[in-house]
Formats: sequence, structure tokens, C-alpha cells
Amino acid sequence: MSSRDFPQVRLHIVTGKGGTGKSTVAASLALGLAAAGTNVLLCEVEGRQGIARMFDVEPLPYAERRVATGLPETDGQRGGVVHALHIDPESALLEYLSMYYKLGRAGRALDRFGVVEFATTIAPGVRDVLLTGKVYEATKRNSRNKKAITYDAVVLDAPPTGRIAQFLGVNHELAGLARMGPIKTQADSVTTLFHSRRTAVHLVTVLEEMPVQETTDGIAQLREHGLPVGGVVVNQVRPRDLDDDDLAAVRAGAVTKRQIASDLTRSGLDGKAEMVTGLLTEARDHAERRALEDAQRALVDALDVPTYELPLLVGGVDLGALYELAGMLRDQGLA
Amino acid sequence: MTTPRRSRTRSRVGPQSLTGGRTLDVDRLLDDPRTGIIVCCGSGGVGKTTTSAALALRAAERGRKVVVLTIDPARRLAQSMGIEVLDNTPRPVAGVGGGAGRGGSLDAMMLDMKRTFDEVVESQASPEKARQILDNPFYVALSSSFAGTQEYMAMEKLGQIHADAQRDGTYDLIVVDTPPSRSALDFLDAPERLSSFLDGRFIKLLLAPAKGPARMMTAGFGIVTNTLAKVLGAQVLRDMQTFVAAFDTLFGGFRQRAQKTFELLQADGTAFLVVAAPEPDALREAAYFVERLSEDEMPLAGLVVNRASPQPIGDVTAEGAMAAAQRLRKDDADSRTAGLLRLHADRVRMVERETLLRQRFEAAHPQVPTAVVPALAGDVHDLAGLRQVGALLAGERPT
Repeated sequence: MSSRDFPQVRLHIVTGKGGTGKSTVAASLALGLAAAGTNVLLCEVEGRQGIARMFDVEPLPYAERRVATGLPETDGQRGGVVHALHIDPESALLEYLSMYYKLGRAGRALDRFGVVEFATTIAPGVRDVLLTGKVYEATKRNSRNKKAITYDAVVLDAPPTGRIAQFLGVNHELAGLARMGPIKTQADSVTTLFHSRRTAVHLVTVLEEMPVQETTDGIAQLREHGLPVGGVVVNQVRPRDLDDDDLAAVRAGAVTKRQIASDLTRSGLDGKAEMVTGLLTEARDHAERRALEDAQRALVDALDVPTYELPLLVGGVDLGALYELAGMLRDQGLA
Repeated sequence: MTTPRRSRTRSRVGPQSLTGGRTLDVDRLLDDPRTGIIVCCGSGGVGKTTTSAALALRAAERGRKVVVLTIDPARRLAQSMGIEVLDNTPRPVAGVGGGAGRGGSLDAMMLDMKRTFDEVVESQASPEKARQILDNPFYVALSSSFAGTQEYMAMEKLGQIHADAQRDGTYDLIVVDTPPSRSALDFLDAPERLSSFLDGRFIKLLLAPAKGPARMMTAGFGIVTNTLAKVLGAQVLRDMQTFVAAFDTLFGGFRQRAQKTFELLQADGTAFLVVAAPEPDALREAAYFVERLSEDEMPLAGLVVNRASPQPIGDVTAEGAMAAAQRLRKDDADSRTAGLLRLHADRVRMVERETLLRQRFEAAHPQVPTAVVPALAGDVHDLAGLRQVGALLAGERPT
């Protein structure tokens, strides 16, 4: 199944400021996209083995591994298959060399001379081209390639917002550096895919000032580079235990201690002063935070891109929680 | 193996459990004249920049002559510190109080990575040679986008400021914020990686054609250069060779500087603070840091856990609060007090979870003193906010 809101998109790139939970969102999106009978690939490129941790499997090699079954359909039909791939630049380079140049032996010679290390750690931009090149290959794969799995969707857990335009657009930089030759050709094809309607870059944020600012800047930057902006996922939204009326009452000081004390006693708790004051203080803190969140939420809404919302999971994120989040993304139309 | 620990099944979570193990005494660290450098490291999004700035301000207001080197501060914070212009020079921060009478001062600067790199080249090479390097397309790309350059340059700038401060007595404390690295350890590895690369066979290979003698051209070399030309294109290879040839004389200098900075970091006057948030990923990264720092014999001063959820008030458990809320809702579906009780329950659960995460970290790293900083309701973007964070870091709690 394709994304309801982004039906043409094959490659979903998920970015976000550090600490906003972009890997969690990417994994949930992959589960949500894996409808019955489909294959989805979830890629990571930052060497963290985050996927293995989230799905509780062995550390991933440079090979596509089946990690989970997609979120079941509402009619109970079993979901599709989520595969995962951990892309490291060294393996990508060696694969690239043997695939396009049949350079088995030379590839090893390169490694011996420290060229692989150079290319993947020092040479500017090459690292990113290798990483994005593999994502490109997995996305563009079709049935002509008999041995490999064809994916209905690819989800990339991408570098953070601050680096995303460079990561995706770095091909220009390199293409400028390599004015001709095969790397340039490769970089150009990758660039074409990234700029097409087959790709969407989703940004994950939380309702705090810096991440929202970074999201705003990121969107401007992506647009400037002609990269297709997808949706904004507002993550870790705190529980809304108080509605707007309650919040207004708390802010106006209209919630009386006497009322709380009598309610507490009625509910079987001890309505002693410490508890009453405590609840009121907590409510005021919460009201203050909610006001800030609302202000940030208004900024997100003003970005004029589709937005999605995921709750803060107080118990932490385990595999079950990923399915829960996947369901929410599906309900809201991102998956 | 370790000392007996308090029972973890305690259901009551109160202010006294804010830090389970050893508490990091921030003020003692800041006041100690032997502390010359504080490096704040940790994964992205945990509040490193704010922590660095808050520590620097607090130290200045307690009488130290401080400079804080930040990487990428939030715009409003940068504005409030007067460092939104990237000129790679420390600027005095206006509005620093308290310590002025005691001789304290605060300067701040934001790192300009490319400029720092350029400055190193300029200081090491003759003007013509420097120009040749600075104009090389390969250098331009390397200096602005190589994934480790920022880390390397942050350390380079630290070395420079430290040398200047030693010479002129401008500062007695340097606080460094580290870049939000892909890998938390990039900044420790970058100098080493650069040196090992510069010593490597690959450089010799690139230099070989420029230097002539064909005896270098073994079969392996031939394959390698041919492959490179094929894959990268001959133009890129030429750019790289010109760059390496021009840079050749500077390599020794780079290696030396990297080594010196590394030694500076290992010295007694340096204190590393690992910054984390009470979340599994951030604490895992923090654990890597702690292990890596001790492996490299870097002086670790402690762990700062930012953004801890505020302690709940009163001793009602999450379950108790939820049950009571349910009873109230039965009579009155809109009961406001029920909402307050659920809020309380969320807070208790959150704090319990964070406490558990911290206790696990502590169990694995009992030697690391910790400071826990409760989350503020709002973001920090002025000196007053930094002052507040500084006070919380030092363990002062609002009364």
C-alpha cells in the first residue's frame, strides 16, 4: 500500500533534530506502509544499529533482512513484510565497485591502500553519495532484477535536519567537483530521484522552540534546493489530561483548593493540604508548558505542510509501541 | 561487586531521590582554579549548548575569566550573548553580573569551521602556497563538508584559544561545546583519523606521480590509480593530487597540533562533562562516552542529566491517582480534579521511568558523579534563563 497522503511517493525520507525521535517515526512509518502483500524497506545510514535495537534483532549486516510483519489491516488481514538494511559506506563502496566496474580484485587493492577509508571518511561528499546511492538502488530496483526483492516503499532514517539538505543535495557539490566521469553520472541519477515526485522528505519535531525553528529552517532549505517536502510529524505530544476550559480555569486561578480537597476526599484519597497544593502547582506548570506548546503548534501549522501527531509514550518505545504509532500514522494518512 | 544499593522497588519518589549516587558538585568544579577547560559532550538534542553557556555564565559570575566556545546555538540565545555574527573571535557578553566585582568576565564565540581551517592553513604556509591551497576545489569541499572537519576544528580552536590565554592571561577557564556528531565519539577520533590518513599509503600514492619516480608504481598502485581515475574522473584525481602536493609540507604541523590538543584534553586542568537526557538512547550514548573517555584516559568530571521531569508533589502513586480519577469521573464525566489527578499520574510515571533509567546507568558506572537538571517549562534564550539553568546545575532548587 502506498501512503494515503503521498500516493506517488516510493521513497520516504525521515529527518528531524536530534532527540525528536526520527528513528522511531521512520520505523513506525515502515510498519504502517507495509500493508498486506507488500514489501517495505527501512534503511539506516548513521551506523547506530538503531533498527536492530528497536526491532530487537541481531545487529544488521550490509544485507536486507526481514525484521517484522507490517501493521495488520483493519479487517484483520496480515500486514506485509518490513525488511531492514544498515548501509555503511565501506560496504557500499565495495559493492558499487564490483557492481559497476567488476572490480573484485581492485576493490580489495583499494582497501589495502587505504583508499576505501579515504573515500568513506575524508573525501568530501563521497560518503553521502555512497549512502544515498544505495538507497537509490533499492528504490529504483524493478522486476528485471530477478535475485533482489522489489520494494513498494523505502523508508530512510536520514541524518538530522541540520545536515539533510547537504546529505541529499551534496551530489551537486560533488557533481561540481567531479565534472565528468561515472561518479557524476551516478550522482545525477540520484539527484533526479530525490527531486522527483517519487520522493518526500518528512520532518519530525517536538513542540519546543529549537526543534520547531530547525524544522522551519529545514523546510526552507529543502525548498530552496528543490527537494520535495512531505509532512511534519509532531512527535512526543504530551498527554492532554486537561482540556482548554480546564487550562483557562487553571490560568485564571479559578480552580479552588476547597473544590479539589472535597473531590479528593470524595474519591477516597486524603485531601490534605500538601496534595491539594501539589496538584495545583502541577496543573499550573502544565498550563504554562501547554501555552508554549500551543504557540509552537501554531508555528507548525503556519508552515503549510500536512502535519501528523504522535503522543509521548510514557512507558518508552518498544516493538509494541511502534505498531501503536504505525496505526496512528495510518489513521492520519501518512502511512 | 559494588556497595549494597538501596532497594529499587521503592514506590515513593521524592526529592531526596533526585540523585541516587554521587552528586556532581558543579560549583566546586567551576571554582577550582585548576579547572582550565570544561568540555561538554553528548549526543544531539540533549542541551549541550545551553549547558555549556550556563556553566560559563555561572563561572564568570563566580569570578572566573571565562570564554565559551559554542558550535551552533539557537538563534535567540546567540543574539542574547551577542555572538550571532560568525567572526571566529571571542566577544564580550554584556550583562554578566555578580562576579564583576571579583574580576569575573565572560566572552563567547561561535565556531566558524571553514574559517578556522583557513586560518590554520594561513598560519602554516607561505602566502602563495596558502592561496594555492585555499583555492583548490578539493580543499574547498574538504574544509566545508567533510564529516569530521567540524569536530577537528572545534578542537583546533580550543588549542588556539588555550595557547593565547596562556600567553596573554586573557582567560582562566575555557568552556567548549562539542558538535552534534553523527557518532558521539567523532570529535575524539577526528585528530587521530586525520593524522593516520596523512601518514597513510594513500597519500604517498597520490604524491607518487607528482614526485615522479616510477619505482613506486607497483602493480597494486597502478590498479588503484587507474580505478580512481575511472571512478572519480581524471579531473578529480588531478585536483586531489595538486591539493595533497601543496598540503604535503603542512601535514607535519597538523599532526603535531592534533597531538598537542589531544594531550591538552588529557591534562589535569581539563574536565569532561557528559551531557544526556533521561532517555534510553541519550543515556546509551552517554555510556559510550564515559567508557571511551576512560579508555583514552580523559579526565571525566561527571554526567549532567538535563530535562529531568519535575518531581511530583505529594505521595500519591500513579495507580492511586488514576483510580481516584476514575471514581470521580463516574459521578462527573468532566471532573476537573480527575484531570489534575491524571496529570499527576503521568508525572509520577515519567519520573519513575527516568529514575529507573538513571539508576541503571549508575549501576553500570557507579564512579560517575551526576547532576540532574529539572526541565524548565520554557526554552532558554537569555542570560536570566542561563542563570537559572546554572543554579539548577549547581543543585540549587527553587524554594
